[in-house]
Amino acid sequence: MKETILLTKHMRDNPEGSHLIDSYEKNNGYSTAKKTILESSPEKILEEIKASNIRGRGGAGFPTGVKWGFLAEDEDRYLVINADESEPGTFKDRILLERDPHQLIEGIIITCFSANIKEAFIYIRGEYAKPARRVQQAVEQAYQKGYLGKNIFGSEINLDIVVHLGAGAYICGEETALLNSLEGRRGEPRLKPPYFPAVKGLYMKPTLVNNVETISSVPWIIENGGEEYNKLGVEGSTGTRIFSLSGHVNNPGNYEIEMGSSFGEFVETLGGGIRNNKKVKAYIPGGASAPWFRGDQLDIKMTIDDVANNNSMLGSGAVVMMDEDTNLVSAAKSIVSFFAHESCGQCTPCREGTTWLEMILDRIASGRGRTSDMNLLLDVCDNISPGLSWPPKMTTICPLGPSAVSPITSLMNDFRDEVESLIPTKVLL
Amino acid sequence: MSWDDKLLKQAKKIIKLYPQKRSALGPLLHLAQSKDGYISDDSITVISELVGITEVQVKSVSTFYSMYKQEPTGKYLLSVCKSISCEINNSSEVINKVQEFTGLNNNETDEEELFTFEAVECIGACGGAPAVQVNYETVEGVTPENAINLCKWLKETKPDVVVADEMQENFGGIKSFDWAIQDNSGATSTAPGFQTLKTTKVKK
Repeated sequence: MKETILLTKHMRDNPEGSHLIDSYEKNNGYSTAKKTILESSPEKILEEIKASNIRGRGGAGFPTGVKWGFLAEDEDRYLVINADESEPGTFKDRILLERDPHQLIEGIIITCFSANIKEAFIYIRGEYAKPARRVQQAVEQAYQKGYLGKNIFGSEINLDIVVHLGAGAYICGEETALLNSLEGRRGEPRLKPPYFPAVKGLYMKPTLVNNVETISSVPWIIENGGEEYNKLGVEGSTGTRIFSLSGHVNNPGNYEIEMGSSFGEFVETLGGGIRNNKKVKAYIPGGASAPWFRGDQLDIKMTIDDVANNNSMLGSGAVVMMDEDTNLVSAAKSIVSFFAHESCGQCTPCREGTTWLEMILDRIASGRGRTSDMNLLLDVCDNISPGLSWPPKMTTICPLGPSAVSPITSLMNDFRDEVESLIPTKVLL
Repeated sequence: MSWDDKLLKQAKKIIKLYPQKRSALGPLLHLAQSKDGYISDDSITVISELVGITEVQVKSVSTFYSMYKQEPTGKYLLSVCKSISCEINNSSEVINKVQEFTGLNNNETDEEELFTFEAVECIGACGGAPAVQVNYETVEGVTPENAINLCKWLKETKPDVVVADEMQENFGGIKSFDWAIQDNSGATSTAPGFQTLKTTKVKK
């Protein structure tokens, strides 16, 4: 198994200066944006994106061309780049921001041309200070060259980019929470309808919200054509994708691959196998929100649809391997604590439920569990996500609450013995 | 007490970046954090006037986000990650060692106002677990021993600019990816180091 290098090509070929405009331009950078602005039309660009069949890389996997097609008419429209990467296990946008910010900016220019947008925001999580500095430096360089600002590339088109720092809230990765945050409000997801920011988004104006990796893919798609991109990967999961691999592997890191190989092959070849030749007990296929797979399910293919058909999700492309010695109750507790901490507090089932789940798991992990706790865990989960089915049903505005249910149902379905073994059999009351 | 002319000028420049004033609220709170090490009542008043919303509205936003501190922080904010990839790579031991060295519980600041300690959720350094941030500058692959060495070094040399690359070289280990680019820029306060906020400097 080999990587397919599109998005990470420039940074690999020019490791020391890939963040600078000179290096980017020397490697044909901005030539696609220039050609687009001077020779292409918005409709042509949208056609190419649709033909590429690229799906959003943030986690939901929504077809990008369809999203762009929703954008309502208005004098003021905005593009917001979601760089609030905070799903535990995920660090793929970080490398794109840190090491090839101009590729993102070129993607923004082409996107804004296609959607007739004059102002874009890059919302970067506050903890990504170094990546944000690189992007800000790149934006300033692009302004100096006349690729941003008034009459870009000598055309009639104006485009401004503002780099905006978040302040530590996972929930702002949810697009409507992100928009509230960018409006200077608490990062609370908006009640739907309106369903799509493309109709009512930032300041209630039509807004495209796209992930860093999605927009960073745009220059390649436009340069080489949507059809070429569509040839990579498999149907439903076209192109390349950067997977973040972490946990008990020999070679953790970001790997750009065509979707379609199995998780097992990925870990054995690119990941260098599991440390100390241990076996996999369980793994997370797509970030902390995704239900786990067992170690005997490594033959599942890494595509959006294959993972979904096995009742989990490819999500943000974060693969976390847990070896045979892992205490899965502690692992689940870590994930549930995350969601309890990050719950925005609007919806009772999430605010109270995640806290309860954390408390119950904590007492089980520390040997103080009760036999009734098994059913209590499931009961609390059922109040957050009725029926415990996949994809989850919700009693909440956004999917954060149901995400905390994922590790619990994984434990209960596949590792019940391990949980029960931690509960003292005789409890004196 | 109040914001000086230089800071007010900076604030007004930031407000101009946005179509609506209120959007500048987040960055202005970062400015307040960089000035005092926390969001003071005084800053809340200044910001409410600058943005044109009430003090309570400012406070409600400032208490929502974990990077706006409600109490004074030390010179160095030590954030040790405890999310899943770090958790299964021994972050609890890193947390123990940092707590032992500093004598601090979660979200506490020492009397000399040198360190504030916090165990935090995912900071996007999962391939380099366990990871630590000092004033939001990331160090990856930090062993428990090196976590102590990092704290000792901060205490002894008290750098005014905290630089990720320098810390990584001396106290880090496995990384999420090849950082490749030499970078001596860093943070000057417990707000993230960022050009627009004037909270970053290049260490000579």
